[in-house]
Amino acid sequence: MPLPEKVIFEHSRPGSGARDQWPHATPDAALSDLPAKLRRTRLPELPEVGELETVRHFTRLSQLNFSIDTHFYPLGSCTMKYNPKACNQYAMLPEFLSRHPLAPESHGQGLLACLYELQEMLKAVSGMEGVALSPMAGAHGEFAGVAMIRAYHRARGDLKRNEIIVPEAAHGTNPATATMCGCAVREIPVASSGDVDIEALKSAVGPQTAGIMLTNPSTLGVFERRITEVARIVHDAGGLLYYDGANLNAILGMVRPGEMGFDVIHMNLHKTFSTPHGGGGPGAGAVGVSARLLPFLPIPLVAKEGERYRWLTEADMPQSIGRLSAFMGNAGVLLRAYIYMRMLGRDGMREVGQYATLNANYLLKRLQAAGFDAAYPQRRASHEFIVTLKRQARELNVTAMDFAKRLLDYGFHAPTTYFPLLVPECLLIEPTETETKETLDAFVTAMTQIQKEAEEQPGRVSSAPHTMPVRRLDDVRAARQLDLTWKPTAQP
Amino acid sequence: MSNVPADLKYTKSHEWVRALADGTVEIGITDHAQHALGDLVFIEVPEAGRTVKADEPCAVVESVKAASDVYAPLAGVITAGNPKLAAEPEAVNTDPYGEGWLMRLRPSAGALAAAPLLSAPEYQKVLEAEGA
Amino acid sequence: MAFIPHTEAEVAAMLAAIGVARIEDLFDEIPPQLRVKSLAGVPEALNEMEIGRLMSERARSDGIALSFIGAGAYEHHIPAAVWALTTRGEFYSAYTPYQAEASQGTLQLIYEFQTMIARLTGMQVANASMYDGASATAEAALMAVRANRKSSSARILVPRTLHPHYRRVAVATAANQGVRFEELAYGAQEGITLPGALVHYDTEDITALIVPQPNFFGRLEDVDALTDWAHARGILVIAVVNPTALALLKPPGEWGARGADIAVGEGQPLGVPLSSGGPYFGFMTTRMEYVRQMPGRIVGRTLDAAGKEGFTLTLQAREQHIRRAKATSNICTNQGLLMTAATIYLSLLGPQGLARTAAASHARARELVAALSRVAGVRTAFAGPYFHETVLQLDRPVAPLLEALRARGILGGLDLATYYPELGNALLVCATETKSSADIERYRNALSEALQNVRAA
Repeated sequence: MPLPEKVIFEHSRPGSGARDQWPHATPDAALSDLPAKLRRTRLPELPEVGELETVRHFTRLSQLNFSIDTHFYPLGSCTMKYNPKACNQYAMLPEFLSRHPLAPESHGQGLLACLYELQEMLKAVSGMEGVALSPMAGAHGEFAGVAMIRAYHRARGDLKRNEIIVPEAAHGTNPATATMCGCAVREIPVASSGDVDIEALKSAVGPQTAGIMLTNPSTLGVFERRITEVARIVHDAGGLLYYDGANLNAILGMVRPGEMGFDVIHMNLHKTFSTPHGGGGPGAGAVGVSARLLPFLPIPLVAKEGERYRWLTEADMPQSIGRLSAFMGNAGVLLRAYIYMRMLGRDGMREVGQYATLNANYLLKRLQAAGFDAAYPQRRASHEFIVTLKRQARELNVTAMDFAKRLLDYGFHAPTTYFPLLVPECLLIEPTETETKETLDAFVTAMTQIQKEAEEQPGRVSSAPHTMPVRRLDDVRAARQLDLTWKPTAQP
Repeated sequence: MSNVPADLKYTKSHEWVRALADGTVEIGITDHAQHALGDLVFIEVPEAGRTVKADEPCAVVESVKAASDVYAPLAGVITAGNPKLAAEPEAVNTDPYGEGWLMRLRPSAGALAAAPLLSAPEYQKVLEAEGA
Repeated sequence: MAFIPHTEAEVAAMLAAIGVARIEDLFDEIPPQLRVKSLAGVPEALNEMEIGRLMSERARSDGIALSFIGAGAYEHHIPAAVWALTTRGEFYSAYTPYQAEASQGTLQLIYEFQTMIARLTGMQVANASMYDGASATAEAALMAVRANRKSSSARILVPRTLHPHYRRVAVATAANQGVRFEELAYGAQEGITLPGALVHYDTEDITALIVPQPNFFGRLEDVDALTDWAHARGILVIAVVNPTALALLKPPGEWGARGADIAVGEGQPLGVPLSSGGPYFGFMTTRMEYVRQMPGRIVGRTLDAAGKEGFTLTLQAREQHIRRAKATSNICTNQGLLMTAATIYLSLLGPQGLARTAAASHARARELVAALSRVAGVRTAFAGPYFHETVLQLDRPVAPLLEALRARGILGGLDLATYYPELGNALLVCATETKSSADIERYRNALSEALQNVRAA
């Protein structure tokens, strides 16, 4: 059966094209200096489609998506809050958009002022001494953070410190990042309360410890209550503390990681600071550091000297871990975060933390009242919480995956499923502060109805979704019979 | 309940070992392991001639939800990787102890005798402890 | 305000349902000494009108100049439809397509992108994009180390003609995993990597060779000779290419006898504005045999439970969320929005439009070089063909001349003094189809005047 919207190559007709977009033809003579052996012999096989058909095709594709603009999107750990249109509009002012990255600083004082002030605001909300903006995603920021920890120890001649401690509930990027930085990974268990196992931590630290990667609130959706003690144990052993800022939305304006004892943090500007998720990017993973890690920040940074702004580069920062981006990171994303933070202002930061936490706790209570099991029922929710469906899986043979797919039919994007791995059949639910009580109530109603369906006609839930453009997709087939580029002859 | 043939030896990491008549051993993953991984989509087996140490990761079995290392139960030289698995990774799901063998290995001197392999009942106990 | 929609009545009802008196009570698990005392470093909130005014003022003060800078970011015409479509909420505010049934738009778009990029580079398979060209190059080096079974040295040969920032990013990214980058010299007259530079490595254990095309100077490398030299020695070839140029130049999949093994590059020229350096996107393509070593997301076409065609993320077992410490990379983004723009751009331009863009850019660059070379004290640095940018050598330091041009509203190019001191007073200039003959004439006049003024002083 065919796709709801054909692949663009199937709209292609030889000789067709959006001719208004083409430059005028260049005489062959102008290309005479290009040697034949370096020239293409045939034009690349790109689609030949007119402008209206192209616009229609991509508009139709967009209509097959769920998005924040159209649906409640309670993905735990992703912070799917409203992306203000003002952020997009003012970041795309023609002067910002047309500026070449290597244009002189005198030609970019307006831009640099925005970036400098962004650095300062991020320092303020994180409680750190220095901030660099160039990492281009959260995982990229993590890389920078761990690389700085490693550089710090090496600079002190402490070459044996090669091990990063990671709680077993950590996001997969944490151990992956440690490996990318040439470190070994040691996992420690989490106690049933949801906090890190302090005794296990004490056994795990030693002269080989470079640092620990934590997030607070943790991936389990609860605040790490003994964080001050954790910090002391790791620092006493000579290690540093890395803060994964994925859950910063829970504590924005209420608690600062720098004051919890963290030495380095990355912040996901595409989560907490509302830059667009864009179907998978671009993100921005600004990093903040305590005083002892300042010399190692990745370049470039923005400095202010009197009333002028300038870039700090390798020459200014000889101990920097280096350049992580061809230019200076995702400038357009940084501008959007800047605009958002200016619109929030001092009081708005605190409101984010407060209302994100209010919405999560309200939703948790209502779901519990409706009969769902919280993974940590004795704990406050942070900005997110975990519901476990292991009882439904055992008694009704209906899984978290099934609930997730059925929610799509009810017009809600599913929460995060099967993360953290520690909790079986889990849904990690993060409503964010920009959702109304009405939306949250509607979500509870939907979950209640799906539970009823699971009891009375479980097949309807386990074969969901029913109303999406496609049913459940065969991902085993996708991996065994790799079809990764379109080919002209149709094949099964 | 997964299948645990009585005539094979096992490891805690869910590999099985079969002694062959020519002195080599055949190695694969158990029924429990294939079930936990789900439908396998890709298998990477080691090349013949490669020397491996005990507990060295030497193969990868990949499903849509996991990619797991397979560890050499004992030291030796690989004599063959199963050539069928490139086109039919699902053989490991449907026949983990037969057609789904992963590799064959010639043990180093004394390696087989010294290897801490489990008998079928001992492996059963491991599975029970894991709640399988 | 933080875009919070709650009314007082709603807040009261919610607190009652939770069983607390105030929102403050929800933070009772947090040790009081950790609570923020002051956020003095954050200014008071601005409403939308106020922030709009501030941003407009700052943008106006930066202004727009006539730019002849290339050096890895290129100004091309971007059709209006590209960003009108890309900023649709359904693309802009969608998440990563993990729930495939709710993301068929994004997934199909990625599949179309993968197809277009694979075809443009002449390679067999592409991923859904990476952060930028520089980090894609670094990841390609790491991938080559994983994929090249015949080499265990993790030594990568890098021409000095590769973009200097790309070289630095590669080191910053990959050195911690034991990868060593060794620089190859270029011919002083030619501005490209010569066979002589490779002789030293003839019998060494080398894992990969990076080949830029065009190189940082705009010059065209002898890609066939370099590719064949590498393959004869079991060395993998990593191509770093400009996507617009690929409409005219032989793509990496056709280099030498066997084609490159991995091809990466900066995708910004394809419908992404200069935007002060980002966000851009990197593309990465390879041969089918290495697909499992390739980092980043990949979309595949498959069938659903009713036998209908659909798209899903595939080969995820390589990625961080499953493989964790053994993942191919820690990357969990693709530059979704930019890749969307590029896919729409390539659809609108098509093969003929892209070829015309490349040809017009090349013609304008030749015109620019001819015009500037007529000015006394200016000559081209290298003999040999280039694509849309090249190096000029001046008879005096470049920086003051660029300043004089800037005062006239012209950004004349990139001063190479800090990057390539061995080239003396060198300026990298670029022209694309966006420059008219009048623009070029204006530059020539301004340069001529500036040179005379400085001489007179």
